[in-house]
Amino acid sequence: MSEATGKVGVRCSVNGEEQRLQVYPMARLLDVLREELHLTGTKEGCGEGECGACSVLIDGVLVNSCLVPVLQIEGAEIKTIEGIATDEQLHAVQEAFIACGGAQCGICTPGMVIAAVNLLERVPEPDEAAIRNGLAGNLCRCTGYIKIFEAVVRACQLNGEKA
Amino acid sequence: MRAYLPDYELKTPRNLNEALAVLAGEPGVWRPFAGGTDLMVLFEAGRLAHTKFVNIWNLPELRGIEVAPAHITLGALTTYTDVQAHDVLQSEFPLLCQAASETGGLAIQNRGTLGGNIVNASPAADSPPALLIYDAELELVSASGTRRVSYKDFHTGYKKMLLRSDELLRSIRLPRTTTGLQQYYRKVGTRKAQAISKVCFAGAARVEQGEVRDIRLALGSVAPVPLRCLKTEEFLLSRKLDEDAISAAGDELAKEIVPIDDVRSTARYRLRVAANVLQDFLLKLKNGESLTI
Amino acid sequence: MTDTLVGKPVPRKEGRRKVTGQSRYIDDMSFPDMLYGATVRSPAPRGRIRNISFTDDSIPWGEFTIVTARDVPGANYVALILNDQPYLAGEFVNHPEEPILLLAHRDKYLLEKARRSVRVEVEPLPALFSLDDSLNKKEIIWGEDNVFKTFHVEKGNVDEVWAKADVVIVEGEYRTGAQEQLYIENNGAIAIANAQEGVTVWGSMQCPYYVHKALLKLFNLPDEKVRVIQMETGGGFGGKEEYPSMIAGHAALLAWKSGKPVKIIYDRAEDMSATTKRHPSLTKHRTAVTRDGKLLGMEIDFVVDGGAYATLSSVVLSRGTIHAAGPYNCPNVRIRSRAVATNVPPHGAFRGFGAPQSIFALERHLNKVAATLGLSAEEFRRRNFIREGETTATGQVIREKVDLGKLLDRAFELTDYHAKLERFAAGNVVSRKKKGIGFATFMHGAGFTGSGEKYLESVVGLEATAEGRVRVLAASTEIGQGTNTVFSQIAAETLGIDYELIEVSQPDTAHVPNSGPTVASRTSMIVGKLVESAALALKQTLVGHSLLSEEYTQEDFRKACAQYIEEHGPLKTFSKYQAPPGIEWDDEKYRGDAYGAFAWAVYVAEVTVDPLTYETRVDDFVAVQEVGRVIHPVLAAGQIEGGVAQAIGYALYEQVVWQDGRMINNQMTNYIMPTAADIPPIRVFFAEQPYAYGPKGAKGIGELPMDGPAPAILNAIENATALSINYIPLLPESLMQEMEVEHV
Repeated sequence: MSEATGKVGVRCSVNGEEQRLQVYPMARLLDVLREELHLTGTKEGCGEGECGACSVLIDGVLVNSCLVPVLQIEGAEIKTIEGIATDEQLHAVQEAFIACGGAQCGICTPGMVIAAVNLLERVPEPDEAAIRNGLAGNLCRCTGYIKIFEAVVRACQLNGEKA
Repeated sequence: MRAYLPDYELKTPRNLNEALAVLAGEPGVWRPFAGGTDLMVLFEAGRLAHTKFVNIWNLPELRGIEVAPAHITLGALTTYTDVQAHDVLQSEFPLLCQAASETGGLAIQNRGTLGGNIVNASPAADSPPALLIYDAELELVSASGTRRVSYKDFHTGYKKMLLRSDELLRSIRLPRTTTGLQQYYRKVGTRKAQAISKVCFAGAARVEQGEVRDIRLALGSVAPVPLRCLKTEEFLLSRKLDEDAISAAGDELAKEIVPIDDVRSTARYRLRVAANVLQDFLLKLKNGESLTI
Repeated sequence: MTDTLVGKPVPRKEGRRKVTGQSRYIDDMSFPDMLYGATVRSPAPRGRIRNISFTDDSIPWGEFTIVTARDVPGANYVALILNDQPYLAGEFVNHPEEPILLLAHRDKYLLEKARRSVRVEVEPLPALFSLDDSLNKKEIIWGEDNVFKTFHVEKGNVDEVWAKADVVIVEGEYRTGAQEQLYIENNGAIAIANAQEGVTVWGSMQCPYYVHKALLKLFNLPDEKVRVIQMETGGGFGGKEEYPSMIAGHAALLAWKSGKPVKIIYDRAEDMSATTKRHPSLTKHRTAVTRDGKLLGMEIDFVVDGGAYATLSSVVLSRGTIHAAGPYNCPNVRIRSRAVATNVPPHGAFRGFGAPQSIFALERHLNKVAATLGLSAEEFRRRNFIREGETTATGQVIREKVDLGKLLDRAFELTDYHAKLERFAAGNVVSRKKKGIGFATFMHGAGFTGSGEKYLESVVGLEATAEGRVRVLAASTEIGQGTNTVFSQIAAETLGIDYELIEVSQPDTAHVPNSGPTVASRTSMIVGKLVESAALALKQTLVGHSLLSEEYTQEDFRKACAQYIEEHGPLKTFSKYQAPPGIEWDDEKYRGDAYGAFAWAVYVAEVTVDPLTYETRVDDFVAVQEVGRVIHPVLAAGQIEGGVAQAIGYALYEQVVWQDGRMINNQMTNYIMPTAADIPPIRVFFAEQPYAYGPKGAKGIGELPMDGPAPAILNAIENATALSINYIPLLPESLMQEMEVEHV
């Protein structure tokens, strides 16, 4: 620990890129992503793990990045919304969100997309209960969720077509 | 974010012994920090008074679920997701699994730990009622040794517990004595998911020839601590489970719990719903109905 | 090239940016050398400021930019309607979140520490926290009588009906609570401000020109010295209609004093407690009906709690007043309404804008009237639905071919309403859980009320490039509802070119004309019509210059644009609002054509009440509405579904817990909005009756879905439990008390 500033070194990979950070150990992963790495796709909605707008994947596990102190990602692989599409190719979930109207104002969308991608990785063909359950930690005030459910179902179909 | 970031320290020890040495080295100065689902909320609201923390999230000594013939031992860092994924827990301790599935959303279940839920000592926590009826035992470790305490004695008052500042909760041990018990869990939250409980009930019982042979009842959000309802249990034990007994059990419970008004609900509601849920459990036992909600 | 874009679910214009996280919201933007700003608020609900001190010697106070009321260069009020709300309280405070002092510093963590270390001493004055206390003048806290505004609507002669032989008189009282908009993006703004360049503000907002107007007064600057730019906005629902003027002003004041860019972003707790919420209301009904179920007279007293300052309360009250008598034909109506002051933060715009409050009252009340007469809720309404040629409470003759009976038939068919009524009644006898079904029938006027659109004089521009691309210039904001997409569809279809060739300009007051605020379900219908007219004008310009014939291809269009620009310079056309013919409104008497058009709807809710926990679950929801032509079926359904979800929250979950005028459950953990696990299937159906004066036949849609669900749900609860409950939100704690009373 650098006594002068209280900051510490943390190494991790974000969207496949190695990062060496010099940060306060209790800095929120959310702030580090947005302010140090300028990955502003991850949003803050509540700052208390309630809304899911800041969802990211740590080693493939869905978390609220506002609840993770950056020291705890030492050595981890982080994936944010910026790492979901590959080059010009959108992920099936992203395509489905556009097609089905799953994104309105868009502020919950990055977190919602991450949660949906994670859901389909764990459960490739979720039933409605599984979709509702898988997304219950992500609040949306625009859609009433219906179009988001439709988008997840559509993404499964798109995945099926590609397979 | 309302905390003054430079005021806070968090450090990662290399192993459990080093963590315990840090806790013992400056008594009361360092506190453990695990999945962060409770502490970070306070931190961001600018209400985390303590500033020095030991990061125990990555300590392998506090992880893992071990199954032995007589009991099952869960590392303190077992997450709610780990709990739900475990076959033995699902078959023998279903209420703990149900509590885990109803705690927060998935992202919270991935980070929230059973140990954290216990030592955060919220009376509204979802897993304690289940742990209470399973007669959980806690293993506390410190640089000077290990001790075991019964979970039902652990919480001694609002946010007070039998945990010294140099100790860590290492594991939770559940005796495998649930065979033949009928089990029931009901969380009454502010909404279906991502909710804090207003009343949280866990019950297990064995009824033979209409008579209560074993009964374990526990409630959250109705007292300063998660409560094993021993007096109501005593009232019901060996009693014939008829409508009078069920009605009277509700009255007994009302004497045993001391709910409060807060921003989420009212004392009156908690009192009534706690009794209703208990009576629903007992009625279903009496009628031999399915206990899934 | 296509001429059938309207009615097609084309991809949302900014969809790709949103799903990939590339959209830029205000907090995603920053400037080098930027400071962060924070607001110090009143410690008391009402009183006189005695002293301000800066405690904690560890804080380098000298490094902070500090702004108080004394630093305001122009007028210290948020220019809106009555201009009574200061940007910063100088001597008196009138609510517990009132801004008193602003701080800025480059270190946002230190800033927060400093904010908490400013001590404001206030000598308390007696305060009012309820609408009832304000009405009773327990204390006079605003003007002479605590009343911001009154309206009086009079139709026929209601005084004569009460004494008539053979009438049945039914009275009732109905209350609704405050509701937080809870857009997921908190409010925020960034300002650059100095005497040379003037003031520029970027922010999350619905109405750039409201902010513009407010900043002109605050800094006493000419029009061209103030520039307001809307960033991608993460939801509004009315919550970003007027409050952004406050935040923009605060950021600009700090920027003006410090000489540096200043960013203010509210956190969730501050956003929930300090910014506007839906007005709580109290409605009293007295209704006279004939024994055979015809409405004879309605007397309605409607009161809303405006909070500490007038802000938009008069306009909210107006819409609530006009909607209070609903889509029914009643010859004699009197509506008196008042907006009153209390010492809570000002209540403001929220989707529906007064109508959800008065419609809740009416749609609950009519069930009571029907029950008193021994008629079904359905039959009573059928006998009184307003029809073409009949008049509303304000005397507006309905010129549309409205058929609410048919909408009701459709809704009942979709929900199997009659069979369910029977099935539930039988089932409830034996089942512990009680099931019920209920409905509400209602209308919602699109666009500004009365003469509002005339005064606004909205303008939209279109600009074509030499490449044949067309840009829509409007101040109407995309806040999730689909403005960009709908405008592009209308422009593309009118011009006969590809949807992809249309782009919608970022609302920036330096570059777009004032197309009015993005509120009142007016964007598609009113502003969309201006897009259509401007597109027609663009086409006519090219045709008029003989560059284009009436029949043309996209390539012809491109060439025509290129040639025009080469010969004449920029190709821009503008269109200004003109009222449809025959629209008359009398502001004095509050009579006439309140709205150019109404959307009409029947909503049906199915619920289960669990007497174990007193929880109500909505199991199914059907929304049938006539909204003119549907421009984009997916966006339109999305509007309805989202509105219904918010209204389910309004009815059953969302309670603002107040303590001395302050919201104390200002966290998402404790203010309960529905999650994905709480929302029922929402089935949306449109009947389409093209509106002659809407773009491609469209009417407004955005607010409609907020109006009907709450009364439909409470009607369903009454059907399930036989309890007549006349307030929302109806939380399990309240339902328990109602059920206990029933048992005694």
